[in-house]
Amino acid sequence: MSAVLETRSLCKSFGALTVAANIDFRLEAGARHALIGPNGAGKTTFVNMLTGRLAPSSGRILLGGENITRLAQAARVARGLGRTFQINTLFRDLSVLDNVALGVAERRGVAGRMWRPASGYREIRDESMALLATLGLAEDAPRRVLDLPYGKQRLVEIAIALGLRPKVLLLDEPAAGVPSVDAERILQVLDRLPPDIAILIIEHDMDLVFRFARRITVLVQGEVLVEGPPNEIGRDRRVHQVYLGESHHA
Amino acid sequence: MNHRGGYSADTRIRWPEWLPWLVALAAFFLLPEYLSLGARILIYILYALSLDLILGYAGIITLGHSAYFGFGAYVAGVLAAKAGVTDPLVQLVAAAAGGALLGITTGAIILRTRGLTLLMLTLAITSVCLEIANKATALTGGADGLSGVVVAPILGLFKFDLYGKTAYLYCLAMLFVGWALVRRIIYSPFGASLTGLRENSIRMHAIGAPVYWRLVLVYTLSATIAGAAGALLTQTNQFVGLNVLGFEAGGELLVMLILGGVGRVYGAFVGPLVYLLAQDQLAKQFPAYWYFGIGVLLVLVVMFARGGILGIADQALAKLRSKA
Repeated sequence: MSAVLETRSLCKSFGALTVAANIDFRLEAGARHALIGPNGAGKTTFVNMLTGRLAPSSGRILLGGENITRLAQAARVARGLGRTFQINTLFRDLSVLDNVALGVAERRGVAGRMWRPASGYREIRDESMALLATLGLAEDAPRRVLDLPYGKQRLVEIAIALGLRPKVLLLDEPAAGVPSVDAERILQVLDRLPPDIAILIIEHDMDLVFRFARRITVLVQGEVLVEGPPNEIGRDRRVHQVYLGESHHA
Repeated sequence: MNHRGGYSADTRIRWPEWLPWLVALAAFFLLPEYLSLGARILIYILYALSLDLILGYAGIITLGHSAYFGFGAYVAGVLAAKAGVTDPLVQLVAAAAGGALLGITTGAIILRTRGLTLLMLTLAITSVCLEIANKATALTGGADGLSGVVVAPILGLFKFDLYGKTAYLYCLAMLFVGWALVRRIIYSPFGASLTGLRENSIRMHAIGAPVYWRLVLVYTLSATIAGAAGALLTQTNQFVGLNVLGFEAGGELLVMLILGGVGRVYGAFVGPLVYLLAQDQLAKQFPAYWYFGIGVLLVLVVMFARGGILGIADQALAKLRSKA
């Protein structure tokens, strides 16, 4: 299969501290891929380099075969790279609808217009409402994000990313800090995502990872330790030693 | 009265929004002896509106907005006193263009920074402008100010009179144009994205917004309006002094906006009105200590009403509605 997202020898150092060392990674089209590793393994740094929040020290990032290593975040989003954040990064004082609509408006290229009222762009509102409905958030559309329970806020994160119609979706710990009931709901949402979107999920919840992912990469101290299907990762002794302890998921 | 844009906002003009205009027109007929003060208030409302656009909606904190106001004031003044350009509308357009030019050049530099660095850079810009105006005496009159400002009748018909009637109506008309422009901007998709920038710039990057350029654009628009307001002050006073520039002028505007309420559009109406009326009355009663009264007023607002005077009004209305 062709790689929709690829990194070649990607490195990141902060002074003497190396947080990513020669990471070679491939995300296939339509993939359901998980990136796991203990705390401090460099997972979020890796995602931040992919999205352009952090500039790599060396190496290359290819999106659909195009070198995007030096592109700004906005240019990467325009090319189909969407993300959610480990800690909710929402417009907390705005409505759920506006949280999604801001992204939809950016994608449709109307966000810079200043003559017609925003509420006059019905197509943006309708698309945002339809998206919220698919995630079970339609009734929450007029509510302030601040007033939503945390689990729903995680879903709003996903809704904003989906509003960008990404080819590649990077989900940074989508179930972090949510009760198990909400984690189950998030998993259901992830299962229903369009199959043509390649998804890379970073997650500590091993149950969710092994149920969702068809391929797993294990990152340890900024390096890829091993990569393979869940059953192989679950049996790998090195993974057990550095990350999974004695529990066995395969 | 909290005016927020967004994709589900009701953009219709509600009846309380006509109140400031009715009050302004009533003041014209009922308080003819206060028209000079009235014109000054109208100018500062326009000036505060320009600040509200960047501070209240885009979240750009600044202490140096006086740079654009002062630059506009001097552009109009120099044109009128030195270049023989006496048409007020030409002066106004030139001052607005001057504000825009200064806004885009300085904004393009300083808006790469955030927080305290940005605050210090805004302060530096207005301080540099102040020093240039102070030293370029041949052009600006330096510390003595620029006099000899000649303003021809508006459209060749309406002459600026001693009682300030023409100046008042002229400022009111320009304020109306500025208000309509700002109101349109905040309810537009661009305005919604500004609110997004204020709320969370990291998220705005992640949804693909050109954050930097959008900040530069709103900063330039704001500087344009501030430049026009500066020109109005020059035209109504027929004089420009150094007091239009510098930290004190920028800080005073910030105080007015905080007093009225930031990010509410009409906070920019209430703040300068209360501040300048209080200044006028307190300066008459206590010429040496009038700033003390302003200080007390500000401390009270900051301690008890973070949303400014309009914030208090909002809270009172909410309580009344909950009881009803």
